[in-house]
Amino acid sequence: MNNISVFCEIENGIVADVSLELLTKAYHLSEKLNCKLEAIAIGNKLNSIPKQVFPYGVHKLFLVEDRRLEFYQTLPFTHIVAGIFKESKPQIALMGASNVGRDLGPRVSSKLNSGLTADCTELEIGDFYDKKSDKQYDNLLYQIRPAFGGNIIATIINPEHRPQMATVREGVMKKEIINKNNIGEIIEVDSNKYLNSTDFVVEILERHVEERSINIKNSQVIVSGGYGVGSKENFKYLYELASVLGGEVGASRAAVDAGFADHARQVGQTGVTVRPKLYIACGISGQIQHTAGMDQSAMIISINIDKDAPINEIADIVITGDVSSVVPKIIAAYKKNTK
Amino acid sequence: MKKLKIVVLAKQVPDTRNVGKDAMKADGTVNRGALPAIFNPEDMNALEQALQLKDKYPDTEITILTMGPGRAADIIREGLYRGVDNGILLTDRKFAGSDTLATSYALSLAIKKIVPNLIIAGRQAIDGDTAQVGPQVAEKLNIPQITYAESISYQNNNIIVKRRLDNGIETVQSPMPVLITVGSSATICRARNAKLLMKFKHACTQSELQEKSNDYIIKQRPYLKITEWGVDDVDADDKLLGLSGSPTKVKKIENVVFTAKESKIINDNDAEINELIIELIENHTIG
Repeated sequence: MNNISVFCEIENGIVADVSLELLTKAYHLSEKLNCKLEAIAIGNKLNSIPKQVFPYGVHKLFLVEDRRLEFYQTLPFTHIVAGIFKESKPQIALMGASNVGRDLGPRVSSKLNSGLTADCTELEIGDFYDKKSDKQYDNLLYQIRPAFGGNIIATIINPEHRPQMATVREGVMKKEIINKNNIGEIIEVDSNKYLNSTDFVVEILERHVEERSINIKNSQVIVSGGYGVGSKENFKYLYELASVLGGEVGASRAAVDAGFADHARQVGQTGVTVRPKLYIACGISGQIQHTAGMDQSAMIISINIDKDAPINEIADIVITGDVSSVVPKIIAAYKKNTK
Repeated sequence: MKKLKIVVLAKQVPDTRNVGKDAMKADGTVNRGALPAIFNPEDMNALEQALQLKDKYPDTEITILTMGPGRAADIIREGLYRGVDNGILLTDRKFAGSDTLATSYALSLAIKKIVPNLIIAGRQAIDGDTAQVGPQVAEKLNIPQITYAESISYQNNNIIVKRRLDNGIETVQSPMPVLITVGSSATICRARNAKLLMKFKHACTQSELQEKSNDYIIKQRPYLKITEWGVDDVDADDKLLGLSGSPTKVKKIENVVFTAKESKIINDNDAEINELIIELIENHTIG
């Protein structure tokens, strides 16, 4: 049986959360398919990678160590990943829908002529009967994702081509240790087997990485603003409320596109998926694109001037009013009652 | 330095960002026909990057390439109104049903015919949000790619790009030819130029000409004719196009239906908000 492969993203010797989340999901899929889980790690100084990934049930780890590959570069990574896939022939290949995964995934799929589905929100195993060719396919990967601005949910399959490739955003799947004592097989791969000199024509001149200062994913309270907040200036009410409640500020795509908030704060299908205890949606209309990333919140409060805004239909509490009027009242009430 | 020959890849998309109530059907699903067709926003950012290079290096030649039905000629006109030199509409029934890979195959064939040294596209289109076509085209052309670009400059026959990482910024340098995808954090596109708008407002494709029967204008001013290419013009293999050329199939589409949940309504006054906050503190949601 062909295996499931997960490409592990690495920064400073640490495997990214999104990769560990995918390993967890892939392990469960591999149990259903009765196959093994493989992982690929490419970079420099990878000695701590095995102990990071084996607890997630990895059976076989391809380690590609090369000092030229400390940072992700499209061409060498594509050639190594595609080369390993050609030999190990996984039936399913998953990677994070990060800037790296969304650069690498389509490149590899184009090279192997295999199908790729971006930003899946669910992955399942199921069958498919093709009426046209009267052909039955068993155990395909159902790649489920919102499309059309989130107004439809599509189930995509790749009946004929392998691997069946999909990317998933950080926070969508849950990371969970399968067995902390699991030890898999390490396969050390010589990168030169797959690389040639022209793979390094694109040169990194400068690289500036910020520590993730904004971490809305792990926040218990999120005060999120949409286009209805009106301006970057008005976001100050949200920052103040978040600070008194000990939470973080989030934003909808419309607010980010309008320049009201930084992209790192974006919640939704093309941003982060969050599950806080309390989600306060300020001036957010509630397109599925956004709600897909927050509808698992334990409690949702919507503050909106439009009492018919779609978000109100999933909110537990609806406050009808303008953000700049309602939010200061909440701050005042909170301060008064917690003195 | 070498003369820049740029292809801008652009797509006409339904405006999925503004699904108003009039675009909702009675059953709570979206009426796609009611959405206006627009120039994909990030492709506009890509166009602006090309135009800025042309501002700096006036001998630059920009071709805007779009694949779609006949009405996608609008995309080319929008490009002409802003300063591109020419446009090509890749249109054929056989392209219908193509997924990102089959689309990339078709676009790569058209690009091979144009022979540019720089290709600039938007990172992703708002109808699918896949961000796949750019990299897949680059692979089919066997050239480097730089994704998530914020700005592009040209020095010593190299392209230098500032690009976004998940948690930072990177500056990279590539020889040409290279394909670049531009994200939403790049400069937004300039407005139409009034003179160019006057000059090109009658620009049309051969198919549009047949409908309008105003070919005397084109005869006098041949630059108004927008080139149309079909499958045969780019020597495409039918098997690699449309549904047969697409590894991914759509098994099922579910319309998202907004279902209402009982929510508690609170009005914007001190007393009601105060009461709510007391309740949230008491049930340990906050505090």
